[in-house]
Amino acid sequence: MELKVRILELLERDARVSTKTLANMLDENEEVIAKAIEEMEKDKIILGYGTIINWENVGVDEVSAMIDVKVTPEREKGFNAIAERIQHFPEVRCVYLMSGTYDLSVVVGGRTMKEVARFVSHKLSTLEHVQSTVTHFVLKRYKQDNFIFGEAEVDKRLVVS
Amino acid sequence: MGGMDSYVSKRVRDLPPSGIRKFFDLVSQSEGVISLGVGEPDFVTPWHVREACLYSLERGYTMYTSNSGLPELREEIAMYEKQKIGVDYDPGQGILITVGVSEATDIALRALLEPGDEVLIPNPCFVSYAPGTELAYGTAVPVETFVEDEYRLRPDCLAARITPRSKILLLSYPSNPTGAIMTKPDLEALVDIIIKNDLIVITDEIYSELTYNGKHVSIASLPGMKDRTLVLDGFSKAFAMTGWRIGYACGHPDIILAMTKIHQYTIMCAPIMGQKAAIEALRNGQDEMRKMVEDYNYRRRLMLNGFHQIGLDCFEPKGAFYCFPSIRGTGLTSEEFCEKLLFEENVAVVPGNAFGGCGEGFIRCCYAASVANIEEAVERMGRLVIRQKGT
Repeated sequence: MELKVRILELLERDARVSTKTLANMLDENEEVIAKAIEEMEKDKIILGYGTIINWENVGVDEVSAMIDVKVTPEREKGFNAIAERIQHFPEVRCVYLMSGTYDLSVVVGGRTMKEVARFVSHKLSTLEHVQSTVTHFVLKRYKQDNFIFGEAEVDKRLVVS
Repeated sequence: MGGMDSYVSKRVRDLPPSGIRKFFDLVSQSEGVISLGVGEPDFVTPWHVREACLYSLERGYTMYTSNSGLPELREEIAMYEKQKIGVDYDPGQGILITVGVSEATDIALRALLEPGDEVLIPNPCFVSYAPGTELAYGTAVPVETFVEDEYRLRPDCLAARITPRSKILLLSYPSNPTGAIMTKPDLEALVDIIIKNDLIVITDEIYSELTYNGKHVSIASLPGMKDRTLVLDGFSKAFAMTGWRIGYACGHPDIILAMTKIHQYTIMCAPIMGQKAAIEALRNGQDEMRKMVEDYNYRRRLMLNGFHQIGLDCFEPKGAFYCFPSIRGTGLTSEEFCEKLLFEENVAVVPGNAFGGCGEGFIRCCYAASVANIEEAVERMGRLVIRQKGT
């Protein structure tokens, strides 16, 4: 398990790291690494490999909002049934069950503010068991998943020291 | 007035220029170089440490501290050293805060040496020790170490260099440039010779936290060694704080007092901003430091395995952040290899002979670099090795 955890930590930083590099970094042979990754994919430990994109730099508009959702939990199913209903909408990026003043935190993305607003008013708030929603639009992203969105850090060290 | 060189003291004029400096000038003329020639972490100082410094500036901490350094910092260091090497130092009289280990080394040598006293220095080693000795009117005596011993200091090699003028043994493990460490038995084997010849040990332990597959052992922790050992350490490497210039010396109060005398006249005190940051690093930064060490370990293995795959002999460096592969198989000297590597493949490493005669035939490669750069540099090195072996 120790090896798997280490592989995961390294993949989390850079999903494109090759099995050869991982093998060298972990002092293992490549087949062992490949097999471990395959197992973790099969066991749904690794769910997928994505890319962190700064859409602003592409010139593509992208809007996202974090929505606080209050729901009425259902008997025997608690919050799960309603959360599962919400998660299937393709507009929904993340769903979290929260402690505190509301129940679910839903991150919604779209091309325009209108698109997101429409999703909230037409789809999300009209679901049965949803009592209320509060929508917070994201104005600027500074950091996400450990990546900083501003200027890239440059190596300022002397080249030889 | 013409050239002023004749006004410079003979002592300084006769100092050889640093081999690192020479190579730095060469590399600085090239563009787009992948550098494995650096001697510092590739991490920026952890944010909480920088933030603590900003906070102290806001509150107006811009004054001198006592010569010895802030009492809170000395107390933190006493606890830290106790936990790290198992030795108790009195924060009041046994610890001095310096401007990096560089200053600590300088004032230690000046405080201890009479003109002509000899300092035994395992070779290859960091570039400053011999010049520092000469500037303190001492004589630097290199003690050979060999790749066959993984560059550990052998008792017979040490004994062979001892004369009636021998006064100090200057150890620095984990080693820059080799990455070698000294295990407890390795150190124990030296103790008899040290005590019999009444040597003082200065041990530069700046890389001590960067010890892989085991814990660093300090010679100060061995029976009978505490009083005759001066431990020098600091924040540069482990806490990624090179530019802050905060180091310290721990040792017998008489020696610390002597060093403090020089320190008070020449330096006054280490900068308070750095001292405040160092307190934060020790109080709240040790977990993050360990993560950085773990990260170096990944890259250590990446580079070492990479060298083996391109057919470059390299013993396993168990400390610091350097690999020290042999390039003897290429038929080139260290300097020739490094120049070819720079001009033909745009990769900078440091020739081993910059660290003394025993480094000839080797190159120092720092793995405090990105994974992509390490892999690319190793691949380019492999191309040069193949070309050389083919000729």
